[in-house]
Amino acid sequence: MMEDRIRTTYRKALNMALREAMQRDQRVFLMGEDVGRYGGSFAVSKGLLDEFGEERVRDTPLSESGFVGAGIGAALNGMLPIVEIMTCNFSLLALDQILNNAATLRYMSGGQLSVPLVIRMASGAGLQLAGQHSHSFEGWYANIPGIRVVTPATLEDARGMLWTALMDPDPVIIFENMPLYNLEGELAADAGPVDIDRALVRRSGEEITLVTYGGSLHKTLQAAERLGDEGVSAEVIDLRTLRPLDMATVLSSLEKTHRLVVVDEGWKSGSLAAEVMARVMEQAFYELDAPIERVCSVEVPMPYARHLEQAAIPQVDAICAAALRTVKRHV
Amino acid sequence: MEAGTLVEWLVRPGDEVKRGQVVAVVETQKGAVDVEIWETGTVDQILVESGRKVPVGELLALLRTAGEPVAGAQDISGLQEAAGVEAASVLSGASPSRAGIPPVSRISPVRPRVSPSARKLAEELGVEIASLSVAETGAEISRADIERAAQAAMKAQPAIQPASSDWQSQMRKAIAAAMARSKREIPHYYLATDIDMSAVSAWLSSENLKRNVTRRLLPVIPCMKALALALREVPELNGFWIDGAFRSSAAVHLGMAISMRGGGLVAPAIHDADKKSLDQLMADLRDLITRVRGGRLRSSEMNDPTVTFTNLGEQGVDGVFGVIYPPQVAIIGLGKTSEKPWVDQGAVVARKVATATLAADHRASDGHSGGLFLATLGKLLQEPERLR
Amino acid sequence: MMLSHSERARNLLHGMLRIRRFEEKSAELYSAGKIRGFLHLYVGEEAVATGVMQALRPEDAIFATYREHGHALARGLTAASIMAEMFGKAEGCSRGRGGSMHLFDVASKFYGGSAIVGGGLPLAVGYALAQKMQQRPGLVACFFGEGAIAEGEFHESLNLAALWKVPVLFLCENNYYAMGTALERSEAEVDLVGKAAGYRVQGESVDGMDVLAVLEATQQAVQFVREHNVPYFLEFRTYRFRAHSMFDPELYRSKAEVEQWKQRCPIAGFSACALREGWLTPEAIHVIEDEVAQEIAHAVEFAEAGTWEPTEMLSRDVYTERKGTGTVP
Repeated sequence: MMEDRIRTTYRKALNMALREAMQRDQRVFLMGEDVGRYGGSFAVSKGLLDEFGEERVRDTPLSESGFVGAGIGAALNGMLPIVEIMTCNFSLLALDQILNNAATLRYMSGGQLSVPLVIRMASGAGLQLAGQHSHSFEGWYANIPGIRVVTPATLEDARGMLWTALMDPDPVIIFENMPLYNLEGELAADAGPVDIDRALVRRSGEEITLVTYGGSLHKTLQAAERLGDEGVSAEVIDLRTLRPLDMATVLSSLEKTHRLVVVDEGWKSGSLAAEVMARVMEQAFYELDAPIERVCSVEVPMPYARHLEQAAIPQVDAICAAALRTVKRHV
Repeated sequence: MEAGTLVEWLVRPGDEVKRGQVVAVVETQKGAVDVEIWETGTVDQILVESGRKVPVGELLALLRTAGEPVAGAQDISGLQEAAGVEAASVLSGASPSRAGIPPVSRISPVRPRVSPSARKLAEELGVEIASLSVAETGAEISRADIERAAQAAMKAQPAIQPASSDWQSQMRKAIAAAMARSKREIPHYYLATDIDMSAVSAWLSSENLKRNVTRRLLPVIPCMKALALALREVPELNGFWIDGAFRSSAAVHLGMAISMRGGGLVAPAIHDADKKSLDQLMADLRDLITRVRGGRLRSSEMNDPTVTFTNLGEQGVDGVFGVIYPPQVAIIGLGKTSEKPWVDQGAVVARKVATATLAADHRASDGHSGGLFLATLGKLLQEPERLR
Repeated sequence: MMLSHSERARNLLHGMLRIRRFEEKSAELYSAGKIRGFLHLYVGEEAVATGVMQALRPEDAIFATYREHGHALARGLTAASIMAEMFGKAEGCSRGRGGSMHLFDVASKFYGGSAIVGGGLPLAVGYALAQKMQQRPGLVACFFGEGAIAEGEFHESLNLAALWKVPVLFLCENNYYAMGTALERSEAEVDLVGKAAGYRVQGESVDGMDVLAVLEATQQAVQFVREHNVPYFLEFRTYRFRAHSMFDPELYRSKAEVEQWKQRCPIAGFSACALREGWLTPEAIHVIEDEVAQEIAHAVEFAEAGTWEPTEMLSRDVYTERKGTGTVP
């Protein structure tokens, strides 16, 4: 039996998730810069102000530290705030609140406090927004104990991760990938919450495992298709949750393929890709039949010009080339 | 082993050789060992004349590779392609000290680049990494290379009788060292059980009646098969104690203790004994005995038994409590089969009975496992028609 | 409920003495190696915490600074639970995870103990926003030093609180030095009430060495906040008699200046006043001293007898324990 499916976008799926959350629970409210009258910098919260009013769709001044801290305070006091930070670059203005308070209060209070806060922020290059709007700090945030980091890359996850994140008693950061906002596709009409614990095999294969997350997922899937045309069977894993990392899924794939490429739009040094590699070395060294490769962003501030920007971030060609080197085949 | 004497060249410059072909015979303290070639090509130059004693790692000959390099990890590096020649083979000797993971007995110009997974697989399959030709080129060695090498090692090679010298005394020393080490390091425990051999004897008699003389099975053959199968049930007895830990082996390479003409003893392997038919085991054993008595063994046979079987029944011995060959962890003995009183359902009857014994390494297994093994062996021998 | 003058005087003096003796004992135990880390003492500033807390109700929430032993004691945390915390014991109010700078007690709505200057202000605003959205009674009292005024979070928070009209009492303890930097060396404009006014937050300056003045001003401010559901700003001019922390040779201020402020000791001043006014007798003050001494002695015994949390529990409470979720590294 075919289930009912609707045609939608990543942006609309996020919007549906916000609307559903606010309908379901009076404790949920959204705040951030231009989330209300403007409809959201990336139009994710469009229409919500009319439906839920100014109290629950709260425009804030340009005070990232202030309103993220206020979100933490409200979360301490019975609310389930969703704080939107326009781009992850701006989140650095609130890093004090995220790290020193949200991530720390439960532990520092000996378990007395809990911060059920959700922070949404946009990341990723591809829109030519240059050196202060386009970076990928997922890996940085995944370094912080006390928070959960999730990276929806599909319509299902855009639709389903928010509610699960709100139900998490601890702070969750949702990284929305900017170039994915326009991603179109089909979604089950009754799509709902999804787990935020596990990585998923998005494409199964036998010879090499490609691990990625967020905006790079679709490029990696494309690369896997092309590799398939060249006779290399590639498995693609979408990490989905970067903290805590679901290594079990990665390792079980590696037991089959023995070869690994990690694709990560973050800068290479000290990246999430580095963490995945390190854990594989610790936990599955003897499964490896070839050195692990990484496809990451070139270590430059993101340039504006389109050709330079595209050259700076992981691309299908580079993923294929890394995979072929790893399986020792050359085209 | 540090050196050996090149006894005989089986090829001359200009000869075409194929991967896996035996090209020379080297005499070691453990006996004469074939030197196999790992590349297909043409012998370019002989560097060591026969009769010379050479250290392990010495280059013996140069080989001109033929045609395009083989795909995958067997590529020859560009440098050597340009040179047109590559090292053919160096001493690849048996070592009495370690089976399964033999010491590197070649000195490679570069450290072999073995993937962790390939290294692990090589241990499991008993492939000597240094024996792989790719190890010398500096190319990466992957799981596929190990799998290919393991397959190649299975293929039997022709053997030629070598000249003999003072190797028997050398071998005595090697046995002495291994056995002394065993008794020094291995906490043996011993178990014995009487097995009713009536069923297997009757089955063997009727089976042999159907065969012509050359295809008849020796009584030890069903026992070998049963033993190999029983080891699969009790893997704690099949493998190696290395660096303070037991590593079980998935494959059962049955080391057959075979006495040599003029004294001495070796225990080369019958590979994958659990997977072979009785006929195949018979053929392998016959081949092995012929070559042992002739002083000709292959390095892989010497290196990789995962367990040893000693059958002294022919000598009229009732039972044998063996000394484990390190780093193996068990030796199984079988005494003579003779008629003895046996109680069956309350009545004393005459039955053909043999005593099976086990000496096992208490670091790797306990008496419970040993008992389980002997019981399984006994049970398997009650249904000889199923030992195929 | 109106208290008699003598009851009120007794409470105020008891509150201040309790803090003073606790801090003196803490300094002694720090020297003895029982307490480690940073230790910031509240000696000299007792009137502020004591006066403010007595003007608050149980439903009000408190966000405090890293010099917060006084706030915690005045709010009603036991000396024993604080001392055990500073000893690093599992019986401490933060189970030994926080130490001197991170005292927490959710039962009394005491939300810490923050060691990032200015970092607690946005939390107070958000907490108050939640009060308002859930239509709960109770305001938020947010302490910070004058040093926090140089932080962006002060300005962001006052603006947000005024913009959103939420019940926050901003309580600036101006002891004139941010560590060793004098106010006039870090602020171009030292009129702090004027700064609050710049965000349309009303406020006033209060003599922080006079517990009665503190109590009275806070009572009025609390009433204003409750009535209008808007923030209010109080500047308490006060002075710490001891060094910033235990590692401070006090090169930045003169001994004469310190002596001058000590003449205005809030405890001595209030005791004299209470005796003069007949609210307390010398015997009554003795009784208070004895009570306080007993509580402090018991606190030290309690802390000494406390247990160390097993290191196996090291990772507990990084996350809330949940069922059926992935493991946390």
